[in-house]
Parts: sequence; C-alpha cells; structure tokens
Amino acid sequence: MLPALLYVVAITQLPFLVSIYYSLTNLKDKTQSLTPEPTKFVGFQNYRQIFSDPFFREAMWTSVKMTVLAVLLSLIIGTAFALLLDRKFFGQGIIRTLLITPFLLMPVVAALIWKQQMFSSLFGVLNKALNFLGLNSIAFISDHPLASIVTVLVWQWTPFMMLIILAGLQSQPSDILEAANVDGASGVGIFRQLTLPHLRPYLELGALLGSIFIVQAFDAIDVMTGGGPGSTNVPYFVYQESIGGGFRYGSASAYAIVVVIFSIVIATFALRLLSSLFKDEERG
Amino acid sequence: MTVRKRRGTRLGVGERRTFVAGVGMLAWLVGLLWIFPVAWTVFTSFKTEQDAAAQTLHQGLTLARYSDVSHSTTGTLSLQTAFTNSLVVVIVSTVIVMLLALPAAYALAIRPIHKWRDVLFFFISTKFLPVVASIFPIYVYAEKWNLIGTRTVLIILYIAINLPLAVWMTRSFFMEVPRELIEAAEIDGTSLLNQLRSVILPIAAPGIAATALLCVIFAWNEYFYALQLNFASGSTMPQWVTSNVSTRGNFLAKLSAASIIACLPVVLAGWATQKRMIRGLSMGALK
Repeated sequence: MLPALLYVVAITQLPFLVSIYYSLTNLKDKTQSLTPEPTKFVGFQNYRQIFSDPFFREAMWTSVKMTVLAVLLSLIIGTAFALLLDRKFFGQGIIRTLLITPFLLMPVVAALIWKQQMFSSLFGVLNKALNFLGLNSIAFISDHPLASIVTVLVWQWTPFMMLIILAGLQSQPSDILEAANVDGASGVGIFRQLTLPHLRPYLELGALLGSIFIVQAFDAIDVMTGGGPGSTNVPYFVYQESIGGGFRYGSASAYAIVVVIFSIVIATFALRLLSSLFKDEERG
Repeated sequence: MTVRKRRGTRLGVGERRTFVAGVGMLAWLVGLLWIFPVAWTVFTSFKTEQDAAAQTLHQGLTLARYSDVSHSTTGTLSLQTAFTNSLVVVIVSTVIVMLLALPAAYALAIRPIHKWRDVLFFFISTKFLPVVASIFPIYVYAEKWNLIGTRTVLIILYIAINLPLAVWMTRSFFMEVPRELIEAAEIDGTSLLNQLRSVILPIAAPGIAATALLCVIFAWNEYFYALQLNFASGSTMPQWVTSNVSTRGNFLAKLSAASIIACLPVVLAGWATQKRMIRGLSMGALK
C-alpha cells in the first residue's frame, strides 16, 4: 500500500503545498510581463483581493449552479432510464448500448458535437428543426451558455448515473418484491417503500462521484464558450488567471487555495455521508 | 451483497402486456433520442463538406473525409503520432495504476491495517482537489525538468488522477472475496503471492477489469493536462480532434470523421464490457 500512498502524496499533495507558497507571493510569468518585477513575499495580499473580486464571486456562483443542475438532472434522468432498462423488452441490450455511448465519448468531442452539429445557428440541427416548425432560430450557446453546457454535461453523465442505479436495481432481492406483489402492493407503493430506500446508497454514490468530476468541468467550457460570460466556472476562472492568459501565478494560486478549502468543506459533508456506508462493515 | 438475476418478464399484478409493450417503445424512443447527436455525427462524417455545411445530401456518401483526416499537413499533429502517444500513455499509466492499486487495495480490504479508514478517506479526498490547484507547480517543475511535451509527464499525471478511484474500487471488489477462502488458504500455508493469484484474483477479476476500463476511459479522454503540458508533436487524441477545428472554410465533415476515429477505440471497449461494468459497480462500489 505504501507505494500507492507515496505516489498520490507526491503528485497531488506536494504541488498543492507549493501552490500554497506561491499564493503568498506575487509570482508572475516573466516572459509574459512587460514590466518584470522580482518575485517577493506579499503575505495575504492575494487573499484580500479575492473577496473584493466580483468576477470570482460570479465564477463561484456559476460553479455551484452548473454542478448542482448537472448532477441533479443526470441523476433523475439516469434513474428513469435505469427503471426502464430494468424491465425486459425487445432489444434491451441494444438500447442499453446506445444509452451508455455518450459517457464513453471524449468530453471534447461531446462538446464539439453539440456546438457544431446541434446548437450552431448556422449548421445546427436544432435550429433547422425550429425553422421547420416555423419558429425562430435560437442562438443557444451565446444566449444560454450555462444551459448549453449543462445540457452537454447531463447528456454525458446520465449514462454513468444509469449504470450505477441499474447496478442497484439488479442487486435488489426479487423475493421481497414478489412478496409485496402477492400482498397486493401497488407499483408506485413498491417503488416508494422498497425500491427507493434500497437505491438510496446508490443515488448517494452517483451524486458523490458525479460532483467530483462535474465540479471540475473544463473541456466543455473551453470548447463551447471559451469562458464567455455566464459560463466561467471556478476551475476555468483560475485557468484564465494563470496559464490561460493571465500568468499571475501568485494570485491564481490564492484563488485555487480558496477553491480547495471550499471543496474540502463540501467534501467533508459528502464523505460523512459515505462513512455511514462504511460503518456496517468495519472489521476492527 | 449477492447479485440476483431477475427472471422472466416480471409481469406484476395489474401490469398488462400493453403496458410492457409501452415500456419497450418508450425505451426505444429514449435510446434513439439519446444517441441522435452521435448518429448524426457519424452520418455527417460520410458527407462532402458542402453537404455537411448545408445539412443536405446532394453529393452522396463518401469515405473521403476519413482519408483526409488521416493525411494531415506536415508540421501539425498527425493522426499516427497522436494515436501512438495516446496508446502508450493510456496503457502504461493504466498498468502502473493497477500495479500500485492492487496491493494497496489488498492491504485495505483483506488485512485491515490500523486506521485504514483514514487512509481510504485520504485517497478519495485527493480527488476533490481541483486540478487547477496544482497545475502551476506541476507546470513550473515540468518545465524545469524538461518534461513539457513528453509522454512521460502525461503518464505521471494520469497515474495520479486514476489511482485514488482505482484503489477505492478494487478495495471494494476484494471485500467480496469470502474470508473463509483466504483463511483456508492461509492454513494450507499458501504464500501471499499464490493466494493472490489462485484465490483472490479469480473472484475479483470482473471488478478489476471494470476498474481498469474506467482508468482507460479517463486517461484516453483527458484533455486539460494534455493541452497544458503537451504541445503539437507530443500530444494525444483529444488535441488531435481539436486541431481539426479550423476557423476558415468548411470543416464539419472532416471534424466529424476525426471525432469518430478518436472515440471509436474506447466506445468499442465500453460496449464490449458494459455488462461487466454494471456487475462491477453493483458488486462493490458501495462496500
């Protein structure tokens, strides 16, 4: 176990510590700056600046909206798909195959497909369809950047949620369901009283894993809007501050540290949730 | 947790044949709707650029776009280079991830050490650190050590992003191995290595395969590090796809063909192993 632990520490934690140090300096990329100044220790100046930055606050808010919307929607739709797929019907395997495909696609490709083929006002299928129905075109990405990105995220993550929920459904003991049936319980009743409680840990797991990945969404934003108004989440904001053009490594590090603290607070809640799952099987 | 297969059509009380048929129809509708953007892209990739731009089909279907994208102009990232880079990076990083994750997961699952839970939480918690929080130091040091633009830097980083998830998942699959089997093997004096090989791995194999596949998917599709740390010649498939987006002229069909080529290996692998993935997730993701 030690090698794995050491590796994770070396690659994820050490750079993080260096980031903390950077965040206390005014480090910039010298080659990108017209007036190079020596790197010096500036204390908490970068942190003070954060809380007066309206753009950062906006990015935080965008991050929250994007993550919550995408996770919730993909969980709900994924559960609905899983319930459909849990029944036997003609071509079940084919449909399952079709449904999981978006999850296997590169996020970059998924974003490009939606940007160029679906949403585009010039070539877009959606606008062609709207025009065909006699409606006006909608500039999806420029007018509704957040909704467009969330659509792509939901499209990709729904299959993942579906797989987890499907796993949950298939582990549900069928004799209990049969017993409930014999006792004359209604379909809705069985779902609410038996299936949903059984699925709870699976839903929690899906939400946890989904949030971990979706909160860091970068590819879709980079491809679709390039961080245009209303679509810059916190990772993208930090990226723009630093290697994405700002080259202010010092202050960008400070932003990143704040994000990490913020994430850890949220993660603690999420992990507490998880620990309740671990509790049953601890073996001294 | 035992996985029980459902039998029959599960016609519940009050569920009529028409209802079951309705469910099937609905599932088909939803499935076709969900795959539509992909299907459309496949369709576009066989068109001429004129047809693709106008969303028409006057000039028939052709394979020409596929040969266009595989013969790129010199000086840019070629398909062959990107594919080789991706293949090497994905395979090497996944193999190392599994080699590191299996012993760690074994230690966590079968011979619980003191405070194993803290260790496990630590592994998962590293996933919460946004990559942007550590990208500058990584960038600075990669530059210092002349790693920018190499496969090595991507391999090192992909191991780091996949390792926590791999440890976590393989541990849950090891938990599935009945304790009695391990104890019996211990009484028989089987060595640790043989125990792993003949007792534990056969039972946990489907789960381990599912874990490795997830690592492959994430590594193959990773874009951020590849974009930041690798320019042109050293980079991987996601960057090759975006290099086919030009700002001038018609490119939609070409881009579609490039997208299909880039995604095909992982999509095929995913299709082939989907049942295993579901089983793997149900077997242990919650343990």
